[in-house]
Amino acid sequence: MKFFPELKKSFVIALWFMLLTFPVLVIRVNTIENIVVWRWINLAVIGSAAFVLSFLWQLYWRRKSAAAPVSVAQTSALTRRMSDPKFYRPFLIVIAALTLVFPFVASHYQINIMTTALIYVMLGLGLNIEVGLAGLLDLGYVAFYAVGAYSYALLNYHFGLGFWTLLPVGALLAAFFGILVGFPVLRLRGDYLAIVTLAFAEILRLVLENWNAFSFGPSGISNIPRPGFFGIDLTLEQSAVYMYFLLVALCVLTIFVIHRIQHSRIGRAWVALREDELACQAMGIDKTRAKLAAFALGATWAGMAGVLFAAKTTFINPASFTFLESAMILAIVVLGGMGSIVGVIIAALAIILLPEYLRVLGDYRMILFGAALILMMIFRPRGLITPAGKTYEFRCSGKPAAPEKRLP
Amino acid sequence: MNFFWDLLLGGLTRGSIYALIALGYTMVYGILQLINFAHGEIYMLGAFTALIVASILTMQGLTGLPVLILAGLVAVLYASAYGFTVEKIAYKPLRQASRLSPLISAIGMSIFLQNYVMLAQTSDFLPFPNLLPPSDFLDAISVWIGPSDFVIIVTSAVVMIALSLLLKFTKMGRAMRATAQDREMAMLTGVDVNRIISRTFIIGSALAAIGGILIASHVGRINFYIGFNAGIKAFTAAVLGGIGSIPGAMLGGLVLGLAESFGTGYISSDYESVFAFAILILILIFKPDGILGRSSQQKV
Repeated sequence: MKFFPELKKSFVIALWFMLLTFPVLVIRVNTIENIVVWRWINLAVIGSAAFVLSFLWQLYWRRKSAAAPVSVAQTSALTRRMSDPKFYRPFLIVIAALTLVFPFVASHYQINIMTTALIYVMLGLGLNIEVGLAGLLDLGYVAFYAVGAYSYALLNYHFGLGFWTLLPVGALLAAFFGILVGFPVLRLRGDYLAIVTLAFAEILRLVLENWNAFSFGPSGISNIPRPGFFGIDLTLEQSAVYMYFLLVALCVLTIFVIHRIQHSRIGRAWVALREDELACQAMGIDKTRAKLAAFALGATWAGMAGVLFAAKTTFINPASFTFLESAMILAIVVLGGMGSIVGVIIAALAIILLPEYLRVLGDYRMILFGAALILMMIFRPRGLITPAGKTYEFRCSGKPAAPEKRLP
Repeated sequence: MNFFWDLLLGGLTRGSIYALIALGYTMVYGILQLINFAHGEIYMLGAFTALIVASILTMQGLTGLPVLILAGLVAVLYASAYGFTVEKIAYKPLRQASRLSPLISAIGMSIFLQNYVMLAQTSDFLPFPNLLPPSDFLDAISVWIGPSDFVIIVTSAVVMIALSLLLKFTKMGRAMRATAQDREMAMLTGVDVNRIISRTFIIGSALAAIGGILIASHVGRINFYIGFNAGIKAFTAAVLGGIGSIPGAMLGGLVLGLAESFGTGYISSDYESVFAFAILILILIFKPDGILGRSSQQKV
């Protein structure tokens, strides 16, 4: 039989999973009434599911290894499409038209979800500066987001300042916090940096949770005003549409700024820093300044996103700024392909919209989300869109030199 | 003085548990340079398995030492099996990918396992039975030290010594250290690197499960979310001691436990974790490679 070895292996794997999940899935102890519930049906489900899935899995790998080996440098079809003007120009126009029409055809609920997704686009693009461009693994990005949200809520509560005053203030405060975090971690490498940023974020969250006099503790701050529109009172539906367009505008601004920065002097310095810190220093790049700039700029967008988040939900508490949130934003950046703007946007929309539309699945939503993260990484470990890196040509004495090798 | 002694004991107890879990982090990191975010979930699964087995045995009328040994054994076996499977599913296919991809898949695995236990069992806190059999010896020393504190400190010390001996003197330990130093070179000298990685996950998970059982019977209640906090703390401990270093993880765990204990005792009990993270940042500012980490000179 053609598939006999695969079937045999799948059978063993199914047995293994039945054994593995036995205590947690089958037995449920009620320690109060001292009864044990045996749920044998789960065992059968797991066994058959593991059998089918592992069989498909093996077929996939067999086909993949039978096909010609793909070179790592080869870009995917999606990536090539995205860098071809013939394809992306009409594509952009369609997207722009859809963005403009969307709030007039969609329901209030859907506009709200989309606004949330756009906030995450901003967050993803901001973290992309730190992780994707400068290679600084930040596991506490949510701290800057919290700084933005709390500066809007608190300054509004105490001093009655408005949204438009506090949007730049929140961004600035977050940037300041970014530099504050950036200083002690300048000497740290890779994963030490990751844990220190995580530590800063957790400290901030715990302080917000416990310092009742300052931040109103776990109960949070409510009745945060929505942004004003030239002094006109807006209904709830209108202000949702307004919020949506505000975010579209800010996202376009973000994309523009980041696109310009990416190919500027500091942007290239970041990429050099990511690729090789030592060689980068030898080239005369000020490592300290480049790193601090990455932290400050990344934090600026998070601060703005935080202000917008507070204005949109009109209620914030520390529970919105947990590590899971940082992990989600990081997942957006990695899934988007580390440094690719289009990739980050697609990934942000996918990661935020999918769980929303999966709400019908109820409790199974998060478990599927976890599984989806693993699967996406296994099938596309380099992200949806792998940035090709700009090629620079150096001309001396009128003769074009050989184009530089593309960055990996 | 008495207050000080209590805090010291509490810190040592807590620190031993952190150290046990941190060992799993540091071993995996040493070999794969991967922050295994699902490690805390293995610890939680160990505690849950122990709870289930212990409850069933207690309902059958068994008590005392046999329950403790059986529940512990089953929990350690299952946690190891979970660790092994997690590595095969979420990390092995990503061996060649960039460093961040396995990190995301680890976060995905952590979310998956938390929700798996929540859906299959319950989202409420479950009471964990006190598995310690009464003994004259423990009663006698209870003036000085709580029975479960004593058991936790002694068990962790024994386990850690056993691990150090294993790594130092056995062939497998040597292969593990070789793989941690240079994976490719170890492969060239005939070490089956994949098998070593699997065994690292198995041993790390077993340690986490022991930690899980000890702390669950000490605190007396568990839920599906305990792994997250413990995981973050243990990771902090591993980094504090110098990630990749085995004695570093033990020391880091103890320092973290003591910092939390004295911080809550003398300053404020609301900011327990803040003390842990603050000490981490402070130490890393002055020693960027952790307390016992080798300061690696960067070379071109």
